[in-house]
Amino acid sequence: MSVIGTVSTVFATKWRVKFRFNLVVGGGLFALAVFVGLFAGWLAHTDPVMDANLLNAEEPPSWKWWFGTDAQGRDIYSRVVHGARISLTVGIVSQFINSIIGITLGLTAGYFGGWWDDFVNGVTNLMLAIPSLIFALAIMAVLGPGLTSLLIALGLTNWSFTCRIARASALSLKSQGYVQAAKVLGYGDLRIMATQLLPNMLGPIIVIGTLGMGGAVLAEASLSFLGLGIRPPYPSWGSMLSEARDQITTAPWLSVFPGLAIFLTVLGLNLLGDGLRDILDPQSRSTRV
Amino acid sequence: MLAFASRRILQTVPTVLAVVLLIFVLFSVIPGSIISSLSDDGRGPMDVQVVERMKKELGLDDPVHVRFTGYISRLAVGDLGTSFRTREPVGSMIAKRMWPTLQLIFTAMFLAIVFGIPLGFVAALKPGGLVDMASMVGAVSGLSMPKFWLGLLLMYLFALTLGWLPSFGYGDGSLKYLILPAVTLGVSPMALLARTTRAAVLEIMTADFVRTARSKGMSELRVVKWHVMRNALVLILTTIGLQFGALMGQAVVVEKLFSWPGVGSLLVDSVLQRDIPAVQGSILVAVLFFLIINTLVDLLYVVIDPRIKYA
Repeated sequence: MSVIGTVSTVFATKWRVKFRFNLVVGGGLFALAVFVGLFAGWLAHTDPVMDANLLNAEEPPSWKWWFGTDAQGRDIYSRVVHGARISLTVGIVSQFINSIIGITLGLTAGYFGGWWDDFVNGVTNLMLAIPSLIFALAIMAVLGPGLTSLLIALGLTNWSFTCRIARASALSLKSQGYVQAAKVLGYGDLRIMATQLLPNMLGPIIVIGTLGMGGAVLAEASLSFLGLGIRPPYPSWGSMLSEARDQITTAPWLSVFPGLAIFLTVLGLNLLGDGLRDILDPQSRSTRV
Repeated sequence: MLAFASRRILQTVPTVLAVVLLIFVLFSVIPGSIISSLSDDGRGPMDVQVVERMKKELGLDDPVHVRFTGYISRLAVGDLGTSFRTREPVGSMIAKRMWPTLQLIFTAMFLAIVFGIPLGFVAALKPGGLVDMASMVGAVSGLSMPKFWLGLLLMYLFALTLGWLPSFGYGDGSLKYLILPAVTLGVSPMALLARTTRAAVLEIMTADFVRTARSKGMSELRVVKWHVMRNALVLILTTIGLQFGALMGQAVVVEKLFSWPGVGSLLVDSVLQRDIPAVQGSILVAVLFFLIINTLVDLLYVVIDPRIKYA
């Protein structure tokens, strides 16, 4: 017993160290991205769109131009800093929409059951059958490029996992004693869902939301790269990379920094999501990836 | 088995119908938005005649139910419509580009399976060890990396600097053109498979039947081979099936980056040029492909895991 106990303690400490690593590094990277986005106006050296100067075109990185300049002579550092605003706005807002849709549908489906449950299940399965980036692309095709279209396209296409989790939690929670007690006390359905069920399912939903935010940042970058998201001259990391592709032989540094910014932001969100899962949703640690 | 297979295949029919309905609703019932996005796509107002012609070709002047039955009855005989851009039947446009896309997706998945599963397996055998740490850091990085960025960097290194591989295009269809796009596309399923395999193996290692197998003196190799592998396979297979959906989406980006002549780049070009029939057709084909793969995966479960019985 004592040997097993020691081994499991050692194991647990080792794990705990790793959890903290995820949380600290992931949270740090995400906080950095938020900080850069919030204070982009201060941190940037030049205006990201207007300060084009062909005399400075295609300067490699230097003390003056930290990340170099592009074909129009715009400072890449300033553009990357401003790009954080677009990426984080899309990531946070679209994931918020997804979470609201997923929670509302899943919670009511699990709680009320019946035909509504069947209907929500059907729609969720349909959503899962369509590759989400393709679905978002189709919506962008109809709405046209732009920030609002991106928020709609990405906010409507990635709620199925949240919905499934909310539904499963509502199903298992509604037979719990305290929910029954709330019913006996005469709580209305809405009040039970909001005060009894919702707080008890938030853990896994926050985890999915964090990971989903990383997915949304990637999806925004992909759509902008394809020319369907944020259009040039606005500094989206994705559209900057699509301009960089055409100049990869003459100005390879253009391809490095916007991509690095996407990578670090998404890495931060993924690590943060993993770290939060270990705290908020411990039993799923080994089964879900 | 046969009964289960046919029932499972029948189950996809409502999904297919719903997808068809969704695509129809998205592109046809909201004509105002199509026409308005045509006029404010940043390239100045559209020619009125073109708009009228598109309206006519889409049948936007007909009532909704007429349009829908028309769309369905044409689909039923395999007619995906005619491209606005090339005047070619959309079906044959897609058919021409199907093979390059399949090549790309299956090669990427092959790479992911061949490298991802063993990596996850080795990582799980010594959790917390050096291989485990390194491969899991690699996996989370692979998942966080935008595919087109990775592709750009690979293109710069292997094509432009070292000159080992062609930087883009399909060329004569030989392997050297396939390598960079397939590696780029394969990285994230590889990372996910490594993580899934590791998680599955770690969990199964603690199962009672593994302890029993060990305690009866079975060699570790046989334990892993007979008990752990087989049980992990179900979860791994699920991940592979689901990853095909993500691959279809990411293939769009990778094909565009490497100018790969597949269905994905057809989809993007058609969206950019407002070729609605070609957009509808490519999306439908992508969704059908994903559905077929997932149905096959469901059928494979029964073969792999005899505990799953669909009587």
